[in-house]
Amino acid sequence: MFNGLVLGALLALISAGLTIIYGTLGVLNLAHGAMFMLGGYAGYVAYAYTQSFLVALIAGAVFVLLVGLAMERSIIRFFYQRPAEDQILVTFGLAICFVEIVRYAFGSLSKTVPPPPWAMGITSLGFLFYPTYRLLVVGIVIAALLALYLLLYRTRIGMIVRAGIEDSGMVDALGINVYRVFMLVFGIGAMAAGFAGIVNAPVVSLTPDVGESILVQSFVVVVIGGVGSFPGAVLGGLIAGEIISITSMLNPAYAYVMLFAVMTLVLVVRPQGLLGIQGRE
Amino acid sequence: MVHHPFRQRLSRRQLLGAATLTAAGGWLCEGAHPLTSIARAADHPALGTYPAGSTGSSVFIGITVPRTGTYAVQGEDELKGYQLAVEHINTGHDLIKKISPKTSKGILGKELKFGVADSEAKPNTAVQEQSRFISENKAVLITGSTSSAVAVALNKLAQREKVLYVAGISGSNDTTGKDCVRYGFRQCFYGQTAAAAIGPVIVKSLGKNKKAAYLTPDYTYGHTVQHSMEDYLNKNAGWTTVTNQVAPLGAPDYSSYLLNVANSGAEVLLNVNWGHDAVLSIQQAKQFGILDKMQLVVPYQTPFLAREVGSGLLAGVYAATDFWWTLEDKYPLAKTFVEAFDKKYGYKPEWGANNAYMEFALWADAVENAGSFYPPDVIKSYEAGRKLQSTVGEVYFRPEDHQLVRPVIIVRGKKPGDMKNKEDFYDVVEIIPGEGLMQKPDAFGCSLGSYT
Repeated sequence: MFNGLVLGALLALISAGLTIIYGTLGVLNLAHGAMFMLGGYAGYVAYAYTQSFLVALIAGAVFVLLVGLAMERSIIRFFYQRPAEDQILVTFGLAICFVEIVRYAFGSLSKTVPPPPWAMGITSLGFLFYPTYRLLVVGIVIAALLALYLLLYRTRIGMIVRAGIEDSGMVDALGINVYRVFMLVFGIGAMAAGFAGIVNAPVVSLTPDVGESILVQSFVVVVIGGVGSFPGAVLGGLIAGEIISITSMLNPAYAYVMLFAVMTLVLVVRPQGLLGIQGRE
Repeated sequence: MVHHPFRQRLSRRQLLGAATLTAAGGWLCEGAHPLTSIARAADHPALGTYPAGSTGSSVFIGITVPRTGTYAVQGEDELKGYQLAVEHINTGHDLIKKISPKTSKGILGKELKFGVADSEAKPNTAVQEQSRFISENKAVLITGSTSSAVAVALNKLAQREKVLYVAGISGSNDTTGKDCVRYGFRQCFYGQTAAAAIGPVIVKSLGKNKKAAYLTPDYTYGHTVQHSMEDYLNKNAGWTTVTNQVAPLGAPDYSSYLLNVANSGAEVLLNVNWGHDAVLSIQQAKQFGILDKMQLVVPYQTPFLAREVGSGLLAGVYAATDFWWTLEDKYPLAKTFVEAFDKKYGYKPEWGANNAYMEFALWADAVENAGSFYPPDVIKSYEAGRKLQSTVGEVYFRPEDHQLVRPVIIVRGKKPGDMKNKEDFYDVVEIIPGEGLMQKPDAFGCSLGSYT
């Protein structure tokens, strides 16, 4: 149960990034898992040089933000008007490139980023002992989600983004430079995944293909929660986390089967997702 | 063009008839003329990729190792062993000549060439790639696996295609047990020998009547190794299994399994996971405080394990393995091998690389002794039970199940402070001769199948 919360929080953050990109830009970003992986590796490099977890955290997020911005400027923006298949192919291709570049640079041998020393041990929660760092993960992720929420719902940029999700043509007509906003959204969405990547690094050890399974899970989360819906991503993340961990306790082999079964159920009962709005693309 | 099924069928039938006649004619001829029959004695009918694969100046080997995914690191190490062996065989290196005395350069004077494909540790992918090597490149030997699921699948492919297969890393009892084949050979240790070797050592060190928890990967390797360990410990030392946590290969997170282990009241954790799964599950066991409460045992060691888990997590941990580089102090061939490998690749070889190297070296020996690439001759050469030289002393193949009889090495992780250099991760505790460790050849249901 508790385990699910940790996994769910992480999934929520990654999926939030995925969903705002899709919601605003209409681009299905299959390189999102690679962003998650890049965040982890950027953090690892920063940690290796500074021995500071905080620096690693910031470096991971900022690096992926920059990668996201560069990706949008150099490649993705030419694909907004192209069919969805092209977008899928180009982001999928980019994902493969990123993974192989990292494999070439760092090798397949897994890398470890240790948690900050004060969060290393285990904490008694009364009913069970739990690694302190994993508790910290929940805290960090809640803070990050809160920041993302404030950005989306309490700032002018956020307003434009949300308006863009509803009707980007209209926003454009109102004289707002949507393309600049698009670039920012892509960067921020990627950063959410990168940040999750470095936060998650001490929990799992880093390998170049760490993002692959996460990508699939976060797509499921987005579908469950409702495509393009930020609260939906959070809710979907928590639900997916719980499904995986509760099923794992009973019979691990069925964890992912259950996840997809629930997704199918949601699609049948509420095709737009739990918090999705009907008719939105 | 109009299609004439009748005419086509007729012509095919004619062809068949003609072929039968020719074959019968050939037979009669051989019977009639003793001279031709002698001349053809070394000549064999076509079988598998014979003779097409060995008529030129070179022969081809198909190699499939995982280069991505959970077992990627181990696959790369294995591949380096293969590459070094090919280089040594083609140039007639001294080390190869010590293992295969009849080798000069190449095998039967033919240069070795090879192709490599990424198996992703998936049986389907491996079979697909090897089928391509067999049909397009006329491979005379196929190899590679770091997963027993792949080894078993390639065993079956080898038997069907009549092309020799030497298993890479494969720890399942089934590979030379119920899924053994005439065309498959295995060198490395496996569940049964691992358990029989490490069992007495851990009972001596940890005591009798212990409560054990297992972490087991969910496929043939995991199940048979877990079963062999449990069998030994429960029967011989009164241990009990309090939980066996079975996880899929490549599980992204072990927290739910580890929570179950933490709450099981076990005193010893036997981690059968392999590759990155082993690394991740051990690191996470540490995070969950399990390693402070339970003694960890690794029944089937993963190459690079100590390097990857880091920070002395394996200090005092017993593991069974195939090879560790400090054996160079005991075996001269190991010394030559470790030096040659280190010089070429810049690190000390792990057991996957050693095993890969020895596979090709012993294959060279088998073919040179057979004097031909004709598969049944090579198989019979393997089955002759010759004493063979290796990097772990004298070994031989058991003809009944094609398993190499070889020692199992028990190592114990060193504390970081006790390491003499950055690759000095283990003490070699014991080298246990192979004969006493093995089951009866038919105990796991091995029936080899036909030569042709």
